[in-house]
Amino acid sequence: MRRLTYFIMLFSVTNMCWSAGGDGRMMHVDVDLSDKKSLQRGARTFVNYCLSCHSAAFMRYNRLGKDLNISEDVLKKNLMFGTDKTGDTMTVALNRQEAEKYFGVAPPDLSVTARSRGADWLYTFFMTFYRDPSRLTGVNNRAFKDVAMPHVLWELQGWQEPVYKEVINRHGNITRVIDYLEVVAEPVDKPTPYQDEDYERTVRDLVNFMVYLGEPVKLERKTIGAWVIAYLLVLLILVYLLKREYWRDVH
Amino acid sequence: MSRIIKFLYWLRDWVGARFPLMQLWNDHLGKYYAPKNFNFWYLFGALALFVLVIQIITGIWLTMNYKPAAELAFASVEYIMRDVEWGWWIRYMHSTGASAFFIIIYLHMYRAMLYGSYKKPRELLWIIGMLIYFTLMGEAFFGYLLPWGQMSYWGAQVIISLFGALPVIGDDLALWIRGDFVVSDVTLNRFFSLHVIALPLALCGLVGAHLIALHEVGSNNPDGIEIKDYTGADGLPLDGIPFHPYYTVKDIVGVVVFLIIFCMVVFFTPEAGGYFLEHNNFIPADPLKTPEHIAPVWYFTPFYAILRAVPNQFAGVVAMGAATVLFCFLPWLDRSPVKSIRYRGWKYKTALALFTISFIALGWLGLQAATPTYTWMARFFALIYFLFFLAMPFYTSSDNDKPVPDRLT
Repeated sequence: MRRLTYFIMLFSVTNMCWSAGGDGRMMHVDVDLSDKKSLQRGARTFVNYCLSCHSAAFMRYNRLGKDLNISEDVLKKNLMFGTDKTGDTMTVALNRQEAEKYFGVAPPDLSVTARSRGADWLYTFFMTFYRDPSRLTGVNNRAFKDVAMPHVLWELQGWQEPVYKEVINRHGNITRVIDYLEVVAEPVDKPTPYQDEDYERTVRDLVNFMVYLGEPVKLERKTIGAWVIAYLLVLLILVYLLKREYWRDVH
Repeated sequence: MSRIIKFLYWLRDWVGARFPLMQLWNDHLGKYYAPKNFNFWYLFGALALFVLVIQIITGIWLTMNYKPAAELAFASVEYIMRDVEWGWWIRYMHSTGASAFFIIIYLHMYRAMLYGSYKKPRELLWIIGMLIYFTLMGEAFFGYLLPWGQMSYWGAQVIISLFGALPVIGDDLALWIRGDFVVSDVTLNRFFSLHVIALPLALCGLVGAHLIALHEVGSNNPDGIEIKDYTGADGLPLDGIPFHPYYTVKDIVGVVVFLIIFCMVVFFTPEAGGYFLEHNNFIPADPLKTPEHIAPVWYFTPFYAILRAVPNQFAGVVAMGAATVLFCFLPWLDRSPVKSIRYRGWKYKTALALFTISFIALGWLGLQAATPTYTWMARFFALIYFLFFLAMPFYTSSDNDKPVPDRLT
């Protein structure tokens, strides 16, 4: 009985919103799976920065190569660090128990993260790391409050610090909330000439890749669907004519 | 006559001498006389059968690659999505088919309420249909655990714990269903067994019984008039036409239209915005981490809203159960001499309209966070929902029904 109360309580907070623990402001990103170049760049960022701790254990390297037009040579040289068998999945050497010791929580597998979180959430997550001395990693995140992950992409983004503003909350008290984030230290690993949009583009490519990673067949699913619907429309004309022919007797 | 045709005739007669092949064909298709005025609403029976076939066939193929073990289930679903040739297509057909099945069944039931198809002599046909509906709910519930995502896991946890609300036997019953103190590998394994063997077997049997009962009493129609009452010199209903070929060719058109909509979902938006495949179900089940939001799948939300609307838990579970079971009593709650909505008075029309609004509103409320306003709205609509059934003997017996014509219009 008590367990039921507990579940009913859980159920009561049911909401179609499924973002976790952020302050609600979601940034928007337009992903484009038909942009192979963007997917390739995203794959490079992914294997360089994410795959050292996170796995994508349901994804095979050779599928990645085939789908993204990457030759086996380039694949092996530039994208595969943990294995040399292209049929392998994108696993990670990091031991889960060890990882839990380092971060407090084992880094989750990223194969289908884009499907549970959504592209906008991922984009916001990568864009909104900011300095927070109260955290062990030195950073916090606006999409994922008190996240255990350090700002792995800091070399590309630089450091951001929050600019606060004062607002009156529900209870009529004045509280300080983050107004926006401000880049206070330029990225180390910056291309020349450096532009602010470079990091945005990098993140967009990465998110684009993660959307692909969540469902590789998405690349061709809609094309197949268009043919299926076209076929069914032709079939519809034929079966309708057949029906009309038979029903002539009834009317 | 060519040899092949000759051979086929011979084969038919050879089988016919040993098995009632032609009799079955004639009873159920060739000489089954159906009213000639079926409209759009009469498609959903055939469509339900069609979707059942889709579910069984895609289910067989999914079972070939799915692994019903807590350690392997989530990964095996992703294996199907990525490594099995056309596995994604089979899986999306199955997941979309589940929601499509409920849409079709709800419309099929609604048809019966529009045209009084549950009324004498079709009471048993209606009861068998309700049994199919209950079996389908179980089938959907058991199947939803199998992907072993967070929503699978916690949804099952919540629904099983509803049984725990029963007095005295509750806790033991919930334990017996789970086979463990929490939803676990044991639960997954038995749900798999129920989902792929027990309930599909029951479904097929019940659907067979549903069809036999239907063909025994004959189909109702939008006028709610018995066509058997007016037969010609040959003893055949004057307003009837053989199901085959007339309704087979008509239903094929319906099936193709359905397939167009179905394939649009399967190929273009298989998650259907989180309603058919919930976002959180792409996170593997974690018994230690309760998700912030547990949302039942849309087809259960009207009943779930009723559960939440009742402050007392046990009463809530009873109300939820009653909300589904009350349909079974429609043949006896409805006292009107008239079947079809076409000849009913304003009272039944108003009641049905209010019920329709309530059902949809409850479905929507079941998806929302329960704010005090929403809870009161759910109580209001739940009240209308129950009044539709409980007040039915009164408003249907005193309605200003119109005279019913003798023949189909």
